[in-house]
This record gives sequence, structure tokens and C-alpha cells, in this order.
Amino acid sequence: MSHAANIVISILFDGLAYAMFLFITSVGLSVTMGLMNFVNLAHGAFAMVGGYIVVSLTRSLGIDFVPALVIAAVLVGFISVPFERLLYRRLYKATDLEQVLLTIGLAFMAIATFTYFYGPIPKSVPLPHWLEGDINLGFRAFPSYRAFLIIVGAVLVTVLWYAFERTNIGARIRAAVDNRRMAESVGINVDRLFTLTFAVGSGLAALGGGFAIQLFGLTPYFAVLYLVLFLIVVATGGLGSLKGTLLAALVIGIIDTGGKYMFPQAGNFFVYLITVVVLLIKPAGFYGRE
Amino acid sequence: MAASESMTRSVAGEAARSRAAEFLLRRHYLRWPEALPWLIAVGCFFVFPDRMTFGSQLLIMIMFALSLDLILGYAGIVTLGHAAFFGLGAYTVALASIKLGWTEPISGVFFGGAVAGLVGIVVGWFILRYRGLTLLMLTIAFAAMLQEGGNIRSDFTGGYDGLPGLTFDPLLGHFQYDLYGHTNYWYALAALAVVFFVVRRIVYSPFGQALTGIRENVRRMHSIGSPVHRRLVTVYAISAAIAGMAGALFTQTNAYVTLTVFDFDASAKVMVMLILGGTGRLYGAFLGAAVYMIFEDKLSKMSPTFWQFGIGLLLVLAVMFARRGLLGVGDTIRRKLAGRRAP
Amino acid sequence: MQLGSRLGLTALALALGLGGAANAGTVKIGVVLPFSGANADLGHQMDKAFDLYVKLHTKDIAPNKVELVKRDEGPPTGAQAKTVGTELITNDKVQILTGFSFSPSAIALAPVVTQAKMPMLISNAGTAWITNLSPYIARLSFSMWSPAYPMGAYAYNKIGCKTTAVAYTDFPPGKDSTEAFETGYKKVGGKVTLSIPMGSPVQVPDFTPFFQRIKDAHPDCMYVFIPSGAHATGVMKAYGELGMRKAGIKLIGPMDLIPDNKLQDMGDAAIGTIVMGHYAVDLDNQQNKEFNEEWHKAYGPDSYPDFMSAAAWDTMHAIFDTVKKLNGDFSNGEKVIGALKGWSTVGPRGKVSIDPQTRDVIEDEHAMEVYRKPDGKLGERILETVPQVKDECKALKIGRCAS
Repeated sequence: MSHAANIVISILFDGLAYAMFLFITSVGLSVTMGLMNFVNLAHGAFAMVGGYIVVSLTRSLGIDFVPALVIAAVLVGFISVPFERLLYRRLYKATDLEQVLLTIGLAFMAIATFTYFYGPIPKSVPLPHWLEGDINLGFRAFPSYRAFLIIVGAVLVTVLWYAFERTNIGARIRAAVDNRRMAESVGINVDRLFTLTFAVGSGLAALGGGFAIQLFGLTPYFAVLYLVLFLIVVATGGLGSLKGTLLAALVIGIIDTGGKYMFPQAGNFFVYLITVVVLLIKPAGFYGRE
Repeated sequence: MAASESMTRSVAGEAARSRAAEFLLRRHYLRWPEALPWLIAVGCFFVFPDRMTFGSQLLIMIMFALSLDLILGYAGIVTLGHAAFFGLGAYTVALASIKLGWTEPISGVFFGGAVAGLVGIVVGWFILRYRGLTLLMLTIAFAAMLQEGGNIRSDFTGGYDGLPGLTFDPLLGHFQYDLYGHTNYWYALAALAVVFFVVRRIVYSPFGQALTGIRENVRRMHSIGSPVHRRLVTVYAISAAIAGMAGALFTQTNAYVTLTVFDFDASAKVMVMLILGGTGRLYGAFLGAAVYMIFEDKLSKMSPTFWQFGIGLLLVLAVMFARRGLLGVGDTIRRKLAGRRAP
Repeated sequence: MQLGSRLGLTALALALGLGGAANAGTVKIGVVLPFSGANADLGHQMDKAFDLYVKLHTKDIAPNKVELVKRDEGPPTGAQAKTVGTELITNDKVQILTGFSFSPSAIALAPVVTQAKMPMLISNAGTAWITNLSPYIARLSFSMWSPAYPMGAYAYNKIGCKTTAVAYTDFPPGKDSTEAFETGYKKVGGKVTLSIPMGSPVQVPDFTPFFQRIKDAHPDCMYVFIPSGAHATGVMKAYGELGMRKAGIKLIGPMDLIPDNKLQDMGDAAIGTIVMGHYAVDLDNQQNKEFNEEWHKAYGPDSYPDFMSAAAWDTMHAIFDTVKKLNGDFSNGEKVIGALKGWSTVGPRGKVSIDPQTRDVIEDEHAMEVYRKPDGKLGERILETVPQVKDECKALKIGRCAS
């Protein structure tokens, strides 16, 4: 196939895989920030914890990669509930700054704890055979792992969309994001809704963290290294919006990948440029609320 | 009976009102506890003469934190990209000494501050229309773009290996830089003192009042016709200039600068220091930076993991129980003590 | 006995004791390594080697002793290293500085050690022109040019790399390493078809877009430089996923590409990778065997030394030899550097010495290939050895090395 077409397909495929990782990890952050106006900078730490759980499950308990991902996501979802109930809840009325500080503090504590138990050396996971190597579709071959990531991402997008748009709970969440007081006054238990959303969001972050091990390697610093990236996705997508997070993830994923392919000297410049351009034009992000 | 009661009440009321007025009028007078940090700083020179290298870096950090306090504590602008201006000042001085042969230190610091301040005006004009997460991300992106841009032009900036072996003229044409860092310490202390008193002046001026108004209730400020945006850009530029001066001092005292001056970590660290000490209190910068850096120095010698956990825990506790920072805790204690003494 | 005479005797005994102690020298060594932060694992690799050598060889320098004073190098900004290094000199009164993972740390301290006449023996930082910055700086680790320059000629002549794409993390070590490779490579007729900077060293990037571009360009080989650590694993994974070996593109680079303590995780994708390096756990010499034995005894069967540990080991060896030579008297910095110049030994890396001209290291560089050993583990076999490589950057006076 022609060289140019090959390049375009490469960029789209790799960009899509990267975008799916960004989406899975960031969507929880977007919804919780939109719903409860809570700046949770410990979100990256949940992703990191998820990654380490996957590492332990696969290496020490011999569990397969994919089941380990699911277990890690569910586990972290459960673990996040006491954090929300006991700690975060007390700061919903606090200023942005205080929330930033509390969650950064939690992130530091998480990093230190995991450095203590796992050491600072990067970890990797053993992958099942069918995820190594590539899938040959005739006209070209695609790395299996990233193809898998794209498929999982697509499935999650569909499931989440359905949950948001078509279920009762989704409707309630949307209502609470739109106008919290109103939602409360019609009898929606926003507190419980938030715990649920927070748990699902954190679980998804853990899933993203599990996927990231193969892509970027896992160290305790994962919690803060990619945090700025997640914040960029959330800010440019618009708080509380599924569509927005997806669009932002796609834009950033594909343009960043394309930029690295075509202009590697620019480094991460493009990502920040996109951020500035989008925010200057649409300060609340693609689908954010003013 | 009623008449005398109301008379007493109105006399009491008048007394209260005039006390309030007096408080506002006298707020900017220098109070004796304010001499304390300066005495301590001078004292440290004699008590810890071997730690003056650390001391200069601490003073520079305090200046940086002070610049942040202006916008964070007084104007309420939340930024995680202030290292951009620190870095601009740092690189201006370095490049000026290499390319322009500008090795006079004091004017170099002003030059660095001026460049940072000018950039602050331009950037501030654009981004200070926004608030919240949007503003935060814009500040982060700006600092990051400076760093990436600096790396792209690493032929100019030296990249992450930076610009080493910078030389500067002796201070005031006379004082050489020695191994023990004594000259640098006094230099940094003098610079900090000058900057501090300028900032103090600003904060207690009507301009400073307007800033507090903007922080507390921006809508009302708009409604009384206060030129909010202009004020914000002005304070942002001043803050940028001071951060730039801190950066310039950093380069001079280290005789070296690398692109890491723009690190996100640096912006986050200075914010943590300030919050720890207490925002909007001017001296919070002193206390916070000192506590943070001294603890880092001591604890990370024992166990770096411990240190990180400790600072995280400290932050969490600070937010849960000491929202006004260490100075706030000090206030509470003082009030409790005063309360007990009251008749 | 009367109290007075008891006191007198005690005082005499103490004085004699102190006098005795003063005869034997305790050389204080300032160790500056990253003990915290994202790079802590680098610090630990060297720290372990230092501690192990001291433990095993203290008896060799009796009655003299060494005392290690360790400080955190901090992040690669240079500022913290400058502060802790200066304080080690003025406050802790050390007599020699060593360690230094990051080049900015050593660069920042150069003017300080010149002023203080403090010898500095670098056990890692690799920027070539560092040793030019001060007559008190010597290095026993490597220069970026040491493995990269000979790799150029080797790749063209022995591996069949007629065309090569070069990819590197966008920071000075990456640029230096590729510049060194390209200089050696082009000299013998090689063609560099692509040169791709791959982002900052702080975050491990997604290597796929960079490698995909290389794959699309079909060079014979790709020379990759990345900081040792998480990046190395990422590179190997991307290389494997994109099927680059199947596409006929060989992976070559300096040994940072296959750090010993991560090699086992890299899987089949690593097999066939050819690197030029001065150390591998599998290096077949007596000293290395003993080194590995002692290491496993002290740190367990799952812990491996790497090129940084080996360099640190040799560094401490050099310091110990100097202690012996000067009988514990490190008071004159110039004498210490004089003793270090021309020092040589046969260590885990083979024969290493300190070039008296440049104060930089001279060591063997081995071309090594990754293969699967009969016991199932991944190992490196030596294909060829380029003996006693000097730093060519200074020899050829290229760029900053010329000063």
C-alpha cells in the first residue's frame, strides 16, 4: 500500500490506542470533577495502585493478565469508597486549593508507600501469548496489545454511553451534574450517586493503570507523572462530560502521536499547544458547562 | 434606666468603631514581632556558618514563595506554573552573562526580573480572564511550553545539561564569592529584605485592598467599578517579576542553570511551601519554605521514602485541621491563650 | 589508688588512645547519589556496590579506615547536588567526593571542587567534557563516547549496518551518544538515514510513533539511546510489538538498552540485540565472577549488579588503593588526584585505568549479543572486544570537548 496511506493508518491506529488509554484513565476524573466539583489529584494514584495490583496478581499469584485487570479495577473501586466517605466528603465545600492540597498529599503518601513495598525499580507484567506479537489483517499487521486496548476502550465507551444516556442512574447523574440543587430537591440522593460514580471512576483509572504497564512501565511515580496529561484531557474535554472526555482523548491521542511521528523534535509541545488553544477558545472545554 | 443603657451601648459602639478604624489605619505599621524572622536570618549566619549554601537557597525559595503569595494569597489566583517566571529570570541572567557579557550581578537581577515581569504582563493579560481549572491548566501549559521550547533550542539553552561555569562580578565590585557561600547569603538576604518591604507596601496599600476584594468577592468588585482585570494583570506581572528575580539569584548563586528550573515539580513545591506556612500572611512564605526545606534536608537524610510520606501526611493534616497553615495554627494558639487570660 | 592518680592515668590512657587513633587515618568520603525520587534505583545500584566493597576490603587498608558520608543528589537539576556537595566539603569536611549519577550534578560542582582543591571521582555521570571542567575531577565510569564511538565502526564493519536510523531521548546524554555513534559510523562509510529525538527523559513516552517511522524507512539497523531504566523496557516492548526484527531492522545501542536488572523481563524481543558496553553480568573474568558471587551473597539471588555497580565497585577500589598509597593522608587534594592519574586495575569490567592526560576512564568495550542461555534465562555473549577505549570526544576535540 502507498507510503502515505501507511503513515496515516499507523498514526490513526497508534493514536487511537493512546486515546483509549487516556479515555479509560481520565473519564472517572472528568465525571467526578463535573459532578461534585472536586479536584482529585490523587486520581493518578488510583491508576498506579491498580497497576501494582495487576503486577502482584500476575507475578505472585499467577493470575492471567485479563482477569487480573478486572480484579484490580473492582478492588480499587471498592477501596476508593472509604476514601470518599471518610476524607473527600468533608471537603466538598472547601476551596479548590484545599482539595488540590489534600489530594496531592494523598498522592505523595501513596507513592511513598508503594516505593516502600515495591521499590522504585520499574515493573512489567507477563502477557498472555495472544497479546504479544501482532494481528495480520492482510494489508498490514497491527500489534495485538494495542488492538486489544482499542477494543476494550470501544466497549467501555459504548457501555458508559448506554449507562449515561439510557439508564435511570445515568439520568440521575446527568441531572446532578447539570444542577445539583435541583436534582437534590427532586429527591435524587446525590451523595450516594457520587460515591458510586467515584468508585466506578477510580476503578476505571485502575484499569487504565493496568493497561499502562505495558505501554509505559510502572513505577510509583506513575501517580504524578501522567497526572498533568489526565488533567489536560479532562480540562479540554469539559468537566462531567463523557462525550467531551472521549473527544479530548481522541484529539490529544491522535495529534500527539502524529506530532511525534512527523515532528519528533517538538517533544510534548503539541499537547500543551492544543491545551492552550482549546482553552482560550472554549474555556470550559469541548463539552463543558460555562 | 433605658436612656443610660442606650448611652452606654452607643459609647461602647463608638469605642468599637474607632478601634476598628484604628486597626485599619495602623495595620501597616511595623510591629516588633516582624523583626523576628530577620533577626533569625542574621543569627543563622553566626550559628550555622557552615550551612550558608543551604541558607542562600532557602532565602531564594522564600522569595519565590513570597511572589506566589502575592497572587495566590492576596489576589486568589491559583497557579501551578509559576516556575515559568522563575526560569525566565534564571535564564535571562545566564544568557545575558554569556551573550552580552552582562556580569554585574545586581543589575542582572533587575534585568531578569524585568524580563519575567514583561512576559507576565503579556501572559497575564490573556489568561487572567479565566478561573478555576481552566486557569490552572493554562499556567501549567505555559511553563511546560517554555521548557519544551527550551529543549528544542538546546543549542541556545544548553538543554538539561544547561549553561555551566557562569561567572559574575564580585558584589558591589568588592565582595568575592567564596566556598562557604557567605557573600551569597548576605546578597540573598539583602535582596529578600528589599523585595519583602516592597511587597509589604503593596499589600497594605489601596491596591492591596482591591486585591483582597477581588479574592473575596470578585462580582462585587466588578459591580463597584473596580478594574478587576487590570488589577489582576498588574499583580501577576509584579509577582512574575519577583519570581524572576528569585530565579536570577538562583543562577547567580549556583553559577549554573538548566532547563529543570521550569519543572512542574518546582511550581508544585513552592505552592506546597506557601500553603504550609499560610497564604495571605506574607510571613507564611518564610515559615513554610523554612519548615519544608529544613525538614526535607533532615528527613531525607534519614530516609527519603519516609520524607515523602511525611510531607504527604503533613499536607493532608494541614488541610483537615490547619487550613490557615502554620501561621494559622499559631493564631489559634495565641487566641486560646489570650482567651484564657481575659477577665 | 588515689582519685587524682586515677584521673591522671585515665587522662594518659585517653591521650594515648586518641594519639593512637590519630596515627591511623580515617578518610572521609562524600557520596552523592540519588536516594530519593524517580531515579532512586540508580542510586541504590551504586550505593550497594560501595557498601559491599567497603565491607569486604576495609581490612586491606588497616590501620587506615574510610568513612562514607552519604547525601541525596536529588533530581538532575544540579542545584541540590551543588548544595550537598559544597556542604560535604565545608561542613562534613570530607576529603574526596564520589558518586554523581547525573551530569548536571558534577557540572554544577566543578567550580566548587576547583576552589576547594577537592578531588572528585565520578562513578557514573557520562557527559564527555565534564573532566575538562576542573583539574580535580577524575572519572572511572564512562564517557558517552566510550561505547558509542566504537559501536559506529563495529556496526558498519561487523553487523552489516550499511544504513542506520538513530533514535534518542532528547537530552544531552542522548544527543552525545548519537553524535558519538554517528562520528564513528560515518567515518567508515555508514549512512545515517533518520535521526529521531524521542521526548524528555522524565516520562517514558509511547515509543510506537517513533519506531513506526523507523520501520517505514527500512534501515538495516536502528541505534537507540535511552536512559537506563523504565525507558529500556518500553523500547524493547515497542520493538517487539511492531515486529521490527522480523522486518529486518536490527536493534543496536549502548548497554543502557539492556540494563542487567531488567533484561529478564524483556522477553524474546530482546534476543539478537547487539550492544556495545563495558560491563555485563555474564562477563567472563575472575573478578567479575567473584563480584557477582559476593553480590548475590549480600543482596540475594534475584538482585543483579549492573554497569553502574561495576563502576562504583572500581571507584571504591581506586579510592582504597589511593588510601594505601598515601597512607590515609588525603589532606592534599593535588596529591590525591596525582595518585589517581594513571591508576589501573583489573576489575569486573576487565582492565580499567584513569588516563593521566584527561583524568577520564580507559576501559574495554565489548560488543555483546543477547541470547537465551541453556538455563532459560536471557544473557549476553561477547562477540568482540575493543580494547582500552579512550574518550574520542576529547581526543578528536569535538565541540565542548575541545576546551
